Amino acid sequence: MAARSRSLIARLRLRHLRLRLAGSISLPALRAGVVVAAVAFVAACRAAEAPSAATEPRIVSLVPAVTEMLFAIGAGRQVVAVSSYDHFPPEVSALPKVGALIDPDTERILSLRPTLVVVYGSQNDVEARFKKAGVATFNYRHGVTDAILGTLDTITALGAATGHEAQARELVVRMTSNLDKVRMAVAGRDRPRTLLVIGRQPKTLQGIYVAGGGGFLNEMLEIAGGQNVFEDIKRESVQPSSETLLRRAPDALLELRATEPAGNYPGGDLEVWNTLASIPAVRNQKVQALVGDHVVVPGPRLAEGAEAIARALHPDAFK
Amino acid sequence: MIVDGTAPAALPSQLPQSPPIRSRLALTIAGFGALAIASCVLAPLVGSSSISLRRALDSSIPFASNVDAQILFIARLPRVLAGALVGAALASAGVVFQALLRNPLATPFTLGVSAGASLGAMLVIILGGTLAVGPLSPVPAASLAGAGLAAAIVYALANGPRRVMSTTVLLLAGVTLNAFFSALILFVQYLADVAEVYRATRWLMGDLDVGSFTPIVAALPLIVIAGIIFARMPSALNLMGVDSDSAAARGVDVAATQRWAFFSASLATSAAVALAGPIGFIGIVVPHLVRLLVGVDHRIVLPASALFGATFLVISDMLARTLLAPVEIPVGIVTAIIGGPFFLWLLVREA
Repeated sequence: MAARSRSLIARLRLRHLRLRLAGSISLPALRAGVVVAAVAFVAACRAAEAPSAATEPRIVSLVPAVTEMLFAIGAGRQVVAVSSYDHFPPEVSALPKVGALIDPDTERILSLRPTLVVVYGSQNDVEARFKKAGVATFNYRHGVTDAILGTLDTITALGAATGHEAQARELVVRMTSNLDKVRMAVAGRDRPRTLLVIGRQPKTLQGIYVAGGGGFLNEMLEIAGGQNVFEDIKRESVQPSSETLLRRAPDALLELRATEPAGNYPGGDLEVWNTLASIPAVRNQKVQALVGDHVVVPGPRLAEGAEAIARALHPDAFK
Repeated sequence: MIVDGTAPAALPSQLPQSPPIRSRLALTIAGFGALAIASCVLAPLVGSSSISLRRALDSSIPFASNVDAQILFIARLPRVLAGALVGAALASAGVVFQALLRNPLATPFTLGVSAGASLGAMLVIILGGTLAVGPLSPVPAASLAGAGLAAAIVYALANGPRRVMSTTVLLLAGVTLNAFFSALILFVQYLADVAEVYRATRWLMGDLDVGSFTPIVAALPLIVIAGIIFARMPSALNLMGVDSDSAAARGVDVAATQRWAFFSASLATSAAVALAGPIGFIGIVVPHLVRLLVGVDHRIVLPASALFGATFLVISDMLARTLLAPVEIPVGIVTAIIGGPFFLWLLVREA
C-alpha cells in the first residue's frame, strides 16, 4: 500500500516535470501544462484523502520509546513506519524506517499518508512542517523530573489519540503495580550507594558517562532500592572524572548496555575498574553489567528494567 | 641525519647584541622549566575535591583503601603527567610545523594528522571496535592508525625521490586531507546513534582524564623519540627559516631535515592526539607567545615552547576540572577559550 502510493507520487512528479519541460518551449504550452498539472495534483490529493478518512489512524513514530508504547497498548497495527533506531518489539523490523531525531525523511513520511506523526520534543521545525501539511503530531520528550510519571502519562495520551483508552489504562495499571512489586521486594533493605554507568570507552576508564540525578534511570534505581551517587547533579547524564568517582565511592556499580559490545569478549571488560581499588564496589566485587534495551528505553518495560537493577543490587530479595 | 654547521658559528646574524646563546638558553630553560615544575607540583594538589596530603602519603594505610592516595596517584598524577606530555608535544610540534611550512599559521593539525586520528577514534567509538594493542586501548590504537595513514598519504603526495619536499604541496595536500577526513567523520557520525555521536563529539573536545598510567606508558615512547629528533633540529630550522637555498649553501641537508621534521612532528602530534584527543590552540598559541618573549632562535624557542606548552595545558586542565566541579569542562574548550582571544589579540597587535 505504502509502496503503491509512493510510486503514484513519483509518477505524478515525473509527469509534472515533463509538462514543465514542454512548457519551456512556448507560453501557451506552459499554461496548458500548469493547468493539467494542477488538475492532476488536485485529483491526486482527493484520491489520497478519500481512503484515509475511512480507515483507522496511520501513525509514524520517530521515537523508539513511543513505538514500544504504541505496540504495548494494541495500537501496533496503526503504526506504518518507525525511526531508524527502532528494534523493539520484533514486529517493527518489517516496517519502513524513515530516519530519526536529526534526519527524518519528511517526504517519505508524507508519502505514507500518516494521520499522526510522533516527534521528539526538540524537533520543532519538523513538527511545524507536518502541521503545515495538515498532519497531526504528537510531541514526546524524556522527562528529567518525574520521568516515569511522564511515561505513564504519555501512554494514557497515546491511548486517547489512537482509540485504545482501555488498553492504555490497563498497561498503566500493570506497570504501576509491577513497579510497586519491585519497590516492595526491596523495602526496608539498605540502599547501596550506586553508580549507574551508561557509557565508557572499551577496555579503559576513559570517556565514562553515568546517570545523574535526573531522568528515568535515576528513578528506576530509586525504585530498585539503590541510591544514585550522582543524585545531587540534576541531569540525565554526567561525565565524572576518575577523581570524582573515587571521591563518591559507590558501594555498587552497574554498567547498563543496550547491546553486548561488538567483538564478543566473554565477561566483558569490567576488570578495568580494578584500577580504582578504593571504590567499595570494586573492593567488594559489586561491579556488574546489565545488558538489554529494557534497561535503557523509558517505555512499557520500565518495570522489567527496574527489576533487573533490583535483582543486581539485592539478589537476596528475590530468592 | 641532520647536517648542520656546529652551533655558535652558525648563530643567525639578526641577534648580534644578544648575550651568548649558551647563557640565554640556560636562562630560558631555567625560567620556563621553573614554571612547568611549579604547575606540575601545584596541579596535583587541587581538584574537584580536597585531599589530605599527609593521609595520601601515609604508607601505613593500605593503598587499596586509601582514597586520598588513590585520588592523588590514580586520578591526578597521571592526568597532570598526561597534560604535561601532550602540551609539550603539541607546542613543539607546532614550532616544527611552522618552521617546516614557513607559515606562522601552521599548527600540529594543519597537515591532516589529527583529522586522520579523529576518524580512527570515531570509527571505534561508533562501530565499537575492541582490538587493544599492548597498552593501547582500542580508541587510542585506532587513532594512532588513522594518524599514521594521514601522515603517510600527505608524505607520499609531497615527496618525490631525492628531491626537496614541496611545502606548497604539503600544505595543500594537508588542508585537503583535513577537509576530506572531516567529511568522513561527519558521515560516520551521521550514520550513528545519537548517544554514540555525543560520545564521539566529546572525544573531539579533548580529555586528559586517562584513568591510569597505562595510556601514558603507551604514548611516552613515541613522544620521547620525537623529542630526541627535535633536539637535533633547531640550528637547521633556523637556517631553513631564511630560505632553503641559503640553508643548503651553509651545509644543511634540506631534504633530510624536512623529512625528519615532518616525521618527528607528525609522530609527536599522533601520540598526543591518541592520548588526549585533538586539543586545539596549544600548537599555535604557545609557540607565538614564546617567540614574543624569547625571539625567533629555534634553539631557544623549541625547548621553551615544549616547557611552556606543558605549563599551559596543565593549568588549563586544572581549570577544566575545578571551575564547575563536580562537573568538568572539556579541556579543549578551556584551551580554546583562553587561546582564541589571546591569538586574536596577537594578530591585531602584529598587524
